[in-house]
Order: sequence, then C-alpha cells, then structure tokens
Amino acid sequence: MKLTLRVWRQRTPEAEGAMATYEVDGISADMSFLEMLDTLNEELILAGDDPVAFDHDCREGICGACSLVINGEAHGPERTTTCQLHMRSFRDGDTIDIEPWRAAAFPVVRDLVVDRSAFDRVIQAGGYVSVPTGAAPEAHATPVPKADADFAFEHAECIGCGACVAACPNGSAMLFTSAKVNHLNVLPQGAPERESRVLDMVEAMDAEGFGGCTNTGECAVACPKGIPLPSIAAMNREYLRATMRGR
Amino acid sequence: MSDSNGHKEAMDSAGFPPYTDYALGAPVTDAKAPDGPIAERWDRRRFEAKLVNPANRRKHTVIVVGTGLAGGAAGATLAEQGYHVVQFCYQDSPRRAHSIAAQGGINAAKNYRNDGDSIHRLFYDTVKGGDFRARESNVHRLAQVSVEIIDQCVAQGVPFAREYGGLLDTRSFGGVQVSRTFYARGQTGQQLLLGAYQALSRQIGAGNVELHPRTEMLDLLVVAGRARGIVARDLVTGRIDTYFADAVVLASGGYGNVFYLSTNAMNSNATAVWRAHRRGAYFANPCFTQIHPTCIPRTGDHQSKLTLMSESLRNDGRIWVPKAKGDTRPAAEIPEDERDYYLERIYPAFGNLVPRDIASRAAKNVCDEGRGVGPGGQGVYLDFADAIARMGRAAVEEKYGNLFDMYERITAENPYEVPMRIYPAVHYTMGGLWVDYDLQTTVPGLFAIGEANFSDHGANRLGASALMQGLADGYFVLPSTINDYLARNPHRADEEGVNAEHPAVQEAVADTEDRLNLLLAVDGDRTPDSFHRELGEIMWEYCGMARTDAGLRKALELIPRLREEFWRRIKVPGTGEEFNQSLEKANRIVDYFELAELMCLDALHRAESCGGHFREESQTPDGEAARQDEAFSYAAAWEFTGTGAAPVLHKEDLVFEYVHPTQRSYA
Repeated sequence: MKLTLRVWRQRTPEAEGAMATYEVDGISADMSFLEMLDTLNEELILAGDDPVAFDHDCREGICGACSLVINGEAHGPERTTTCQLHMRSFRDGDTIDIEPWRAAAFPVVRDLVVDRSAFDRVIQAGGYVSVPTGAAPEAHATPVPKADADFAFEHAECIGCGACVAACPNGSAMLFTSAKVNHLNVLPQGAPERESRVLDMVEAMDAEGFGGCTNTGECAVACPKGIPLPSIAAMNREYLRATMRGR
Repeated sequence: MSDSNGHKEAMDSAGFPPYTDYALGAPVTDAKAPDGPIAERWDRRRFEAKLVNPANRRKHTVIVVGTGLAGGAAGATLAEQGYHVVQFCYQDSPRRAHSIAAQGGINAAKNYRNDGDSIHRLFYDTVKGGDFRARESNVHRLAQVSVEIIDQCVAQGVPFAREYGGLLDTRSFGGVQVSRTFYARGQTGQQLLLGAYQALSRQIGAGNVELHPRTEMLDLLVVAGRARGIVARDLVTGRIDTYFADAVVLASGGYGNVFYLSTNAMNSNATAVWRAHRRGAYFANPCFTQIHPTCIPRTGDHQSKLTLMSESLRNDGRIWVPKAKGDTRPAAEIPEDERDYYLERIYPAFGNLVPRDIASRAAKNVCDEGRGVGPGGQGVYLDFADAIARMGRAAVEEKYGNLFDMYERITAENPYEVPMRIYPAVHYTMGGLWVDYDLQTTVPGLFAIGEANFSDHGANRLGASALMQGLADGYFVLPSTINDYLARNPHRADEEGVNAEHPAVQEAVADTEDRLNLLLAVDGDRTPDSFHRELGEIMWEYCGMARTDAGLRKALELIPRLREEFWRRIKVPGTGEEFNQSLEKANRIVDYFELAELMCLDALHRAESCGGHFREESQTPDGEAARQDEAFSYAAAWEFTGTGAAPVLHKEDLVFEYVHPTQRSYA
C-alpha cells in the first residue's frame, strides 16, 4: 500500500519542531508500524536526509520503549504498543500523523523521542521493597493469597511506556504511579513501607510536573497492558489511609 | 597466517582436516575453581576470598555496564554493600534491558513438588543439557545459588504465579523431568527485571548508584594491565567521555544480533564485549549459539526482528507436520493419522520437551524434507487443540493468554482455533567473554556476568536457565568475588595516576573518535541496515543451525569482503555531535564483522557437533550431534591479535568428576 506520513521533526530539545510530509510506497500489511518507519528511514538515508528518530528496542511489546502518537492516539488505533501495531490496521492511501508523546514532564529529545526519566525518579522515590540481597526469608515462609498475587501481577504488568501520560489531557501520571503502588502495597512483602511508599511516590510525581487527575479515563483506554482505571481510586485510598495514619 | 603443530595433532587424531588460520597458545591452566568436594567449593572460595572493610568500600568505584538481570542485580547489590557504583545503559531507562522480554520462567532446585529434584539434579541436568562443554564447578554453584534467588525475588514483591493455597506454582521446561520452573504468567523476565530495577532504583535514589542512561560503552580503558574504566558516548549529545573505576563489570548481554534477525532487542549489541576482547579479554566458544525452536516464522524481507513464543508452550502444545511432502491442506483438514508428531515419535521419553537444540534441528529436518507448513514451507505446527479439549479454553488462557494474544497480533491468526506456526530463530549465545570461577576475565579487574560471559551453559542452554544465571551472577556470585580483587588491589585509579591525560586513556579516546569520524566521512551509498542484513544472511546460511567445513570456509571468505565493502560504501547521515541512531548502528556493525569471523573460525575449528553447534560431518547414524570428546573436551578461549589477523587459541580442558560425559539421549 501507499501512504502519506506527516511526521513531527525536531532536531534538538531547544529547536522549533514542525510536521514534515513523506510518501511511502510498497508497504505490506504484515509489516509492523515500526518496520514501515524503517522503510521510510532507509529511503531518507539514501536521499541524504536525516532519518526520523524514534525510540524502540524489543519490538515485542514489553520493553516500553516505543512511544508514538498516531493519528492523535497514543500507540495508535489498536490497544497495544506501537511496535505490535501492524499495517493491516491501515488502508492504502491513508494519511497518518505521527507525533511524539506530548506532556510537560516528557520533553522532546529529538523528533519522536522524548525524555521519560521522570518515571524513573518516581520509582526511585519508593517503588520498591527495601530488601537488600541476602536478607530474604525462605520464599514459602509467607503464603500470599492467589487473589492478592493476581491483583499484584495485574498492576505489575505496567511497562512504563508513558502512553497514560500522553493520552491524559492533564499529562497526569496517576495510572503509572498507582500501578506500582498497588502492585507492592497489596503484598505482605510490601506492607512495612505501605504508607511511606504512596506518600513519597505521589510527592515525587507532583514534583516532576505531571498534571492532576480529573477522572477522564483516557489513560486506561490508551494503556497497552490494560492497567485498570480503578487502580487510581485504589491509590487514592492508600494515600488517604497513609495520611490519616500520619506517616 | 600462523600455524602450530599442537592443534594439528588434535585435529588429525579426530580424523578431520586441520584449519590453519589461527595459532595455538598456552592452555588455560588455572580457572581459579577450588578443589575438594564439589558441594563445598563455593563455600571454600568465599571463605578464602579476601574482604574489603565496609568503611573502605565507599572509596572504591565499580563501573557496571548494562542494567538487565545481571547488571541490575549487581549494581544494586554492590551499592548495598557500600561500593560507589557508576552504571550505564544505552536505553532511556534501566527498566528496558532485554531481560524484560524473557517469557517462560526461572529454574530453582527448591523441590517444592517433592518430585525428586535437588541441587545435584539441577547441576546434572545443566551439565548434560549443555552437552558436557561447561565447567562443573561453576554449574554446581549456579544450582546452589538458584534456591536463594527465588527467596530474594519473592521478598522484592515479584508476583510469581501462585496456587490457591498461596504457595508458589511451578511448571516443566525442556530437557528435564521435574517441575522446577517458577514463572509469572508469560512475563517472568519482565517481573524479575522490574524486581532488580526497583532494587537498583532504591540505590539510585539513595545516591549510591550514579546512573547514565542513553550512554553506550565504546571502549575499555586498560592501564598498566588492569581494567580502569570505559570510554562511553552520550547518545543524546554525542559527547564522548571517559569514566574511571577500580573494577569494571560487563553485563551487556549476548551477541545474537550478529545474525541481524534474532529474538534480541533491536539495539542489543556486542560492542562492549568485543571492545573488551580487543583490549585483551579472551572470548570463549563464540560459535555456541542457541537457535530457539519456537519462534514466529518470518513473513518477508521487511522483517526487522523475530519474536519468540515461550518454550513453556511445549508443556501443552503438540508439535507436528503433515506426514506427506507438499501437503498444503489447512491444518484442520489433515486427519490425525496423516500427521507426524515427530518429537513424540523420535523422543518418546521427553516428547515435545526435548532440549532446544534438538527441537530446533528436528524442525529444520522436517522442513528440509519438504514437510514444512506456511509460506515457503518454513514452519511447523504447535497445536493446542488437545490441550483445549483436555483443560478447557479458560485454563489454557490463564496459562498462556498473553502469548496467544501476541501471536494473533503478529500473524492475524487465532491460535485457539488454528495451530500456531513456529520456526527456529537465533535466541541466545552461550559463548561470551572467558571468565574464571570468580567471573573475572583475562584482563585483571574486568568481570563479565550474565549472557556476556561463557560460563555456565556449555554448548546449549536449558530453558529458564538464563534468568537463573543472570541473577545468580548479579545478586550472589559477583558481589562476593569482586571483593577479593578489590582487597588485593586496594589502590584506586586516581591514586595510580589514571586520569584523562594518561597516554593509554588518550589513545583509547582518540581511537573511538577516529572510528566514528571515519564512519561519518565515507558518505557512500549503502545504509547500515543493508550491511547488517547481508552479514546476517551469511551467518544464518553458513553458521546457523547446521554447519559444514566448506560452508564455514565460504563465510570466512565472504565476511572480510563485506567488511571491506562496508568501509567503502557505508553512508551515515548527520554528525557525531547529536542524537544519531544511524551512527550508533554503523558503529555496532563494525564490531559484528570481526565477531562474525571469530564465530565462523571457532565453528570451523571445532570439528565436532555438540549442543547448539551442529557440524554435519559429525553426527550419529540417527542424525544426532556426535561429540568428539578426545579432541574437543575443552573451552576454546580466543585471544585477539588484530583485525583480520590470526587469533590465538587457548584451550581450557574440561574435567568431569561428577557427571560422566555420555552421548545425550532424550529418547
């Protein structure tokens, strides 16, 4: 198929960006979206132009590196990561807009690449269990009810891609932060730091310049891993509980 | 090219023609493994190792390159011990290292199933699964430590699968008959990596680890015979910097991307280990690569990577092809008695759960016979119809749901209704930097852990053992052994005059800058990817699932020619002083060329079949890999002597005191 691509080009974080238009031909329906961009880049290089910079790595939907807003939707029209989106979701002759994540806390590095290190700093503030290597008790010493283990897993699936932030009109990171808080707070292993974790992570999240949550729910729609919207309410309950306990 | 008589005799005694493009050096005689009863060796080594006083640790800087399971675990643990850690990853976040994509599980000899498992059995299975080409002492230590890994990960909050009673669930993996694999649905690697990432994040937050994301190591600094730091490039600004340390740990993963198409992440690369090799670290068994049997077949020339379907699927899926050649009917229309469940037929004891090398070769054989399915006949069926009938669709979904979804997403076929099509793909590299029992390379102060080293898997890795080894090295082995080195070499880099003005440092920086500038200056007419793809095709054709003397010699002609063309025709747009992904790629390909040559030479010199290394000249009447123990029971540790120059082979003889080498049988 033949496509028209309108792509955000921005050479440096400080530079002005703009949309540039490219035509690509001979795109197969079996190609992934990123393989379609590979095709464009091969042509750009041979034509003496700079290829379009974009983040990608595993191309299996798990590393969370890829991060494109496609036709206004984070990761495009399917509920998956950009790397797992295939060209069979598009039609011959389509025009496709491709932009980076747009959020105050994710500044553009180049073209479609953004800086998501704010997420790492939120985790550094408390998204862990303090258990130095070697200090662990025998694994079966603490049984965990299957329902709790499954709840923890459901939230631990977050890949840190940032689609939730990109989709939110406020640029809020509540879904990302709540996923980690809920994963660890439901487990007995996470209980000793239950209060400090939620307070410290929310504080770090606010300090990074993410917006507030107004319950629009766009985050959960965009999430390629299906982190559920009630995750945010659950974190709010954890936050309230921690505040009342004064820790 | 040089030659020597020593290796000629060994080769002649095995009845194969000698190959002369290398020289034989002194054997490796001291791998530092303690002697005595094998179960006591790790304790002994830890007791004999010198320690660094906790108050002195903060004065020492350790560089860790890579943030996967091995690097993440090592960085966190060294920082917890009190060392100052400076850590690097090329990704934007340490959480994205490719360990995250491991699906199936992690082995541990917990014997929670009471099914006859033990540390000794895990040790035995791993040595046998590796086709008797691994060092016994290391493998036994791995099995011992496996038990502690599960404890550590559970304490971190890793949400392993659990039973209704609240205890951990396990499943079986290829090459073993016990159920010792712990898992978190099909995302075990992700969950273990996030555990390590969170432990590392805690140390970053506490100021004990200085993290450099989007920064790629481009050379090793060796001063006065010791590893003293690295040269690295900031991928955002293009700035080249030097970083100094008292020890350097490479946890940069494997080199499967030499093949272009593999299950590795797109940016996984061999530059860190190859540059270390060029600086004096021996590279061991480079030809030992693992071709994973269950990957999604390629669909066309646009293909950028291959996607693995976890081996755990072989627990319940049945692998088959039509009995007749050229049978193009849809799977559902092929009656039961016209199907060949070839693994169950050939290997009744292990059935679909034979080790990976055997399953891959069997798939290649049936496809070569013209019985493959799907486009181009390059595929076999992995069928869940029986499992769905037996367990119900819901149970299959619970166990494998995310894998089925991924398969459907990529192929647009629903595996609940039509069988999956799979084909082998490059997945893991057992070879890597040679390390002793302490995981130290031949460059003092340089350590290699995880997939970056060669140590534990011999010629074939068993499923669910990569996660085990990465975490064993990172959490438990390296943090113990590195103390000994630092205690014996207490003088810091700055105390010994190692700084940016040191001639050896300036030479390394200039070398790196020259290489990048040359790549930018050629301004030819071919893209980096086009060269990488062509190199990959050569490697897959001649150094892939089946290798021959003639094919490997052909590859050794083709690769230098392609390398020469590369330096005439490569086109890298942009400059070095900016975010430039084409420059990153081109620079990695430079190292792939040399590594590919060494892989082919290693494969050529090892005129036996073992594990994932199958030489067509060396097979049993049944077509199984035939080892030649008299000639090749050694690890091949290669020393670099120059681009295109004959390397020197140092043999480390493998001694088997506990697991007697036999021809592997899974029938």
